[in-house]
Amino acid sequence: MRYAILLLDAPYTSQASHSALRFTRALLARGHDVEGVFFYHDGVHNAARLAAPPQDEPHLVDAWAELAREHGVPLQVCIAAALRRGLLDEQEAARHGKEGASVAPPFELTGLGQLVDLGLRCDRLITFGP
Amino acid sequence: MQDTASPAELMVILRHAPHGSSWLKEGLDVALVAAAFDRRVTLLFMGEGITALLEGQQAGPLGQKGTAPTLAMLEMYDIDNLLVEQRGMDELGLTSDQLMLPVRGVGDAEISRLVASHVLVLNF
Repeated sequence: MRYAILLLDAPYTSQASHSALRFTRALLARGHDVEGVFFYHDGVHNAARLAAPPQDEPHLVDAWAELAREHGVPLQVCIAAALRRGLLDEQEAARHGKEGASVAPPFELTGLGQLVDLGLRCDRLITFGP
Repeated sequence: MQDTASPAELMVILRHAPHGSSWLKEGLDVALVAAAFDRRVTLLFMGEGITALLEGQQAGPLGQKGTAPTLAMLEMYDIDNLLVEQRGMDELGLTSDQLMLPVRGVGDAEISRLVASHVLVLNF
């Protein structure tokens, strides 16, 4: 089955990011297709390149990136929600005159149209939120 | 107004009041973007989300733009299937003449049918 994931809460704030990550891994382990993970609302904080949790805790940002590298799952971040929360890739940082980027590949800033497209294209869109 | 039996694509459910959080604004943004891409959108205001429709909304005291100007634009985006949860209306003591847009009240059973009949349901 073709799945999409929508994540609406920040990492280390609630269970949502952990659950979304584990659910996504379980889907892949069962042989399902995950056509994308979309980060919206406070979920955009999952793309924070500078996240530095204690070493004995799960690194959720790195875990998403690993998932993308190993399984080719696109990590799509709503650009409007990201920019107002201080999450900018290199291009947006330059555009807004900011030093340093807080979002890096494999996370990509994209529009809400992608969320709608993903949701309508897949058999299931599963939302994780607070 | 669309017949609820006709094929529908996206339903956005709005359950949060304006100003206190960005849920309402970010939920509405999804509806507008989907409509801009020619998707058929149903909006369902539930619970405190209904208060977004109250007449006389202003910008928030914290500098938020508010959502009333966005709601006023829905028609321009051809989003005309506006539903409110009847139980929420009753609980809040509201009547449809207090709301800024023409809406249709729906009961719990119809909400279940609507959730099942839309291809995609997003909950904010």
